[in-house]
Amino acid sequence: MIEIINLCKNFGDHVVLNNLNLTINTGETTVIIGRSGCGKSVLLKHIIGILKPDSGQAFIDGKDITKLADRAVNAIRMKFGMLFQGAALFDSLSVWENVAFGMLEHARKQKEEVMDRVVECLNIVGLSGVEELKPAELSGGMRKRVGLARAICMKPEIILYDEPTTGLDPIMADAINTLIRELHDKLKVTSVAVTHDMISAYKIADKIAMLYDGRIVAVGTPEEIKNTRDPVVKQFIHGEARGPITRGG
Amino acid sequence: MLNIKNGLQILGEKAIEFIRYMGSLGIFMGKVGFWLFHPPFRLRQIFRQAEKIGVSSLPIVSLISLFTGMVLALQSAYQMQKIQAEMYIASLVALSMVRELGPVLTALVVAGRCGAAITAEIGTMKVTEQIDALETMATNPINYLVTPRFWALLISLIALTIYANFIGMVGGYIVGVYKLRIPHHMYIKMTFEPLKHSDLRNGLYKSMVFAVVICIISCFEGMRAQEGAEGVGKATTSCVVRSFVLIIACDCLLTAFMYFIGR
Repeated sequence: MIEIINLCKNFGDHVVLNNLNLTINTGETTVIIGRSGCGKSVLLKHIIGILKPDSGQAFIDGKDITKLADRAVNAIRMKFGMLFQGAALFDSLSVWENVAFGMLEHARKQKEEVMDRVVECLNIVGLSGVEELKPAELSGGMRKRVGLARAICMKPEIILYDEPTTGLDPIMADAINTLIRELHDKLKVTSVAVTHDMISAYKIADKIAMLYDGRIVAVGTPEEIKNTRDPVVKQFIHGEARGPITRGG
Repeated sequence: MLNIKNGLQILGEKAIEFIRYMGSLGIFMGKVGFWLFHPPFRLRQIFRQAEKIGVSSLPIVSLISLFTGMVLALQSAYQMQKIQAEMYIASLVALSMVRELGPVLTALVVAGRCGAAITAEIGTMKVTEQIDALETMATNPINYLVTPRFWALLISLIALTIYANFIGMVGGYIVGVYKLRIPHHMYIKMTFEPLKHSDLRNGLYKSMVFAVVICIISCFEGMRAQEGAEGVGKATTSCVVRSFVLIIACDCLLTAFMYFIGR
């Protein structure tokens, strides 16, 4: 389980997270929605310990990641896989070296075993025959898939997705959504996705939480969020230019 | 009155910015110092980087050292011929290259060529979240990116400096023997006779310090890069300028230090 308690984070004078509270249950897919720049990616980075909060706590299976030393944080990070917005593939490494990065760094395996796992992960995400290519030779959708293969290679318990469908055409975006859903069903992982793509959110989420003004202002199932009466949530999910969000209410 | 107030405010902001920079640099150097002697040591990456930095710099170091040796010989010939002391041109070229010009010019070439490339590479990784990706996979970015480059720069700069010294002396030889008609055997004798082990040793100590400067500045600037392509460009420029200034400043300090210790 992931538990965020009263998390606060400022960048200079800009308040990004303001006493944020959120609980993510084991085995669930939780999607965090919100406007661009509202702090969704910042929240995700706190969960995996890349950023440290100004105050507050982030518990991963009972351990507060914000208070741990580097070695202990790295031990917790071994439970995670993360898909970044731009995939964040290592440019100087080939596809197979990217996918196998975690194994090459932390697991003492024979090369055949590593390659078998790489091919398996690439097959799961619907790619094959690309092992020797460099990231620059891949399309946007292929890069996302390789990023996803890298995220699942070490068999994580928790997968984080940062804007998984941003920048993709609708068909590729739906393919990624389907993959995320299949991974969740097959691997029984806890998933946390941040997005402002409502089609994606409704498709993959067990639970949707809305981040607004530094806090979580609504949590519910996709049906509950679709039928919400909260004016802030309504304006966002219907994509209306006028409303309490743009009035500053 | 307002102008004085604004001026003081700007001065104050610059001073705070400088102190913050030096503080961050100090913390960065501490972390690098820790990881230099803690595993994993990444030998394969060190060799890969040494090939990138050292081997690929050979052509430009050759050209610069050759021309520097030739210019030194020609420029000193003006005065030496007046006092009929042409044979000492060989000693002047050898001592200048080994003590000073070999280490400094090689360091400037490597800083401009390889230091900038390191900053651009790490800076691009920073703005495309590749550094964050390393951390999420429980890999320390300093251990993975900085320490292999540190050892590669140290090995490469020492090797390139020895090479540059030799090529510079060859340049001086070409001018001295073929243009100034100094006898071959006299030129060779006057090249190596005045050289002491301490000259080469002190020159290589300088190279080691310059390698540390180039590595720390280039990697630090890369890791601080922000705001996309413009940020990477600014970081690269900053790296080159600061490396150059620090190399010259360190050279001055080291030369003075070695002079007073030598006495």
